[in-house]
Amino acid sequence: MTELTQLTLAAALEGLKSRRFSSREITEAHIEAIEAANPKLNAYVTLTPEKALAMADAADARLARGEGGRLEGAPIGVKDLFCTEGVRTTACSAILGEFTPPYESTVTANLWADGAVMLGKLNMDEFAMGSSNETSRFGPPCSPWRRRGSTVPISAGGSSGGSATAVAADLCLAATASDTGGSIRQPAAFAGLVGIKPTYGRASRYGMVAFASSLDQAGPLAKTVLDSALMLEAMCSTDPKDSTSLHIPVPRWSTSVGRSVKGMRIGVPREYRVEGMPQEIEALWSQGVAWLKAAGATIVDVSLPHTKYALPAYYIVAPAEASSNLARYDGMRYGARVSGSGSLTDTYEHTRAAGFGQDVQRRLLIGTYVLSAGYYDAYYLRAQRVRARILEDFETAFESVDALLTPTTPSAAFAYGETSGDPVEMYLNDIFTVTANLAGLPAISVPAALSSEGLPLGLQVIGRALDEDTCFRAAAAIEASAGFKARPEAWWRA
Amino acid sequence: MARLARIAVPEQRLEGLAAELNGILAWIEQLNEVDVAGVEPMTTPVAMTLPLRDDEVTDGEMREKVLANAPRSEDGFFVVPKVVE
Repeated sequence: MTELTQLTLAAALEGLKSRRFSSREITEAHIEAIEAANPKLNAYVTLTPEKALAMADAADARLARGEGGRLEGAPIGVKDLFCTEGVRTTACSAILGEFTPPYESTVTANLWADGAVMLGKLNMDEFAMGSSNETSRFGPPCSPWRRRGSTVPISAGGSSGGSATAVAADLCLAATASDTGGSIRQPAAFAGLVGIKPTYGRASRYGMVAFASSLDQAGPLAKTVLDSALMLEAMCSTDPKDSTSLHIPVPRWSTSVGRSVKGMRIGVPREYRVEGMPQEIEALWSQGVAWLKAAGATIVDVSLPHTKYALPAYYIVAPAEASSNLARYDGMRYGARVSGSGSLTDTYEHTRAAGFGQDVQRRLLIGTYVLSAGYYDAYYLRAQRVRARILEDFETAFESVDALLTPTTPSAAFAYGETSGDPVEMYLNDIFTVTANLAGLPAISVPAALSSEGLPLGLQVIGRALDEDTCFRAAAAIEASAGFKARPEAWWRA
Repeated sequence: MARLARIAVPEQRLEGLAAELNGILAWIEQLNEVDVAGVEPMTTPVAMTLPLRDDEVTDGEMREKVLANAPRSEDGFFVVPKVVE
């Protein structure tokens, strides 16, 4: 049954529709693969095999009647950030305890309405805060990728590390993820996958555990550009339950994939050529430029002068919003309560000290500080003004180009334990991805090559607001030229 | 800050934590180089007016669901530590 798990989402949907195999068969194949691999990879933090089989049987019944939605019968994984009715949802934080939502997030409700089958909940950094998935209360997942000739465990990236691990190791056909500063695109690049963050407001945030509300967007991790388009068009919708969800129709992005990029103007932002960038990243970027040029695009040098200020601005805006959002975790209405001496304030303080990990605590303290009286103008308002400057940079660039091409990450995946523990060093992982969150723009990462050590590297296409179409077209052109077929060796099956 | 954020930080951790936060804040200081004169603070990436719905009751009658995840509840209420001395 292994071959069923190796299918792309598009191929699986075709097979399901033509009844070459049933949803039960492909779901069972995935459940078996998960049971064998998860003890080593730690991709899933909650498994729902019974629910999956019940959903698969219902999908088979619909398919037998010639009915079914756009993802009918396809088994997928869900990042533990999306509330799933009756299934524990923790955002991989201890503070949520055994929280079991009595409601469904809009994104997952859309997927189930389209016939998708849920295999379980996927590992992530606590509250999506991190770039290595090490802050999860369940411990980090292990990337299926390894350096050539080495058994050193490699980081799956973050925050959607479990989603990336599961898709790359064929433990689901595709997965939901979320992106606040790069949490879809960086793990996609590290795992040789496609990941897209749509324009802010395309996907509803209802039922998605909040990190930084003006930056958070849901999106998929998938094996191919077409698969990511199929997932994204099912996930997005207008939602009266989220006042920032856009009141516009969701395009059929899967029809964008494969359309020519002839005449497209692609910008190469010179500020992304950062100091100390490894030669192989530079080479990959030049290769991407050459591929798009050969496919008929015009390459234009552009400038985004405020790029270097994006990360520090992000590290004010995101913690500030997080400190407000996470104020709800007080141990009173849900989650784990730690009483301390028994007084109300003491209960709050001990509940939050025990429930939040060190990295989350650090960000909450920064957020509290930059919002506190006397510092608000100097930090928070200034960061919001810098954010406006960053958006202006993009608007100016998009007067002369249709999309921007950049590397997704400044390096290939690192090994666990290889980083210094300096928070700022970890933050730098998001240097190329965070700008799209600040400006609310769509951005896609597509696998393009292997590093000298045999780990995947990704290229990123950033589009105008609402122009996912161009992102998908350019990414598909890169995908076709790169012919990236490398797969991790299945060492976890041994 | 820890008190404002309602997080109990053990005494022996305070100094190390302060150093970490100062490191992050020092790195953030570079924002002072940016000329932001006359720039409106950006609060959201979507330029749209907030939609309003009709002012009517759209849910309710779900006490059990609301209380289902409470650490402590009794007789249809949340049980919390004494709030007023």
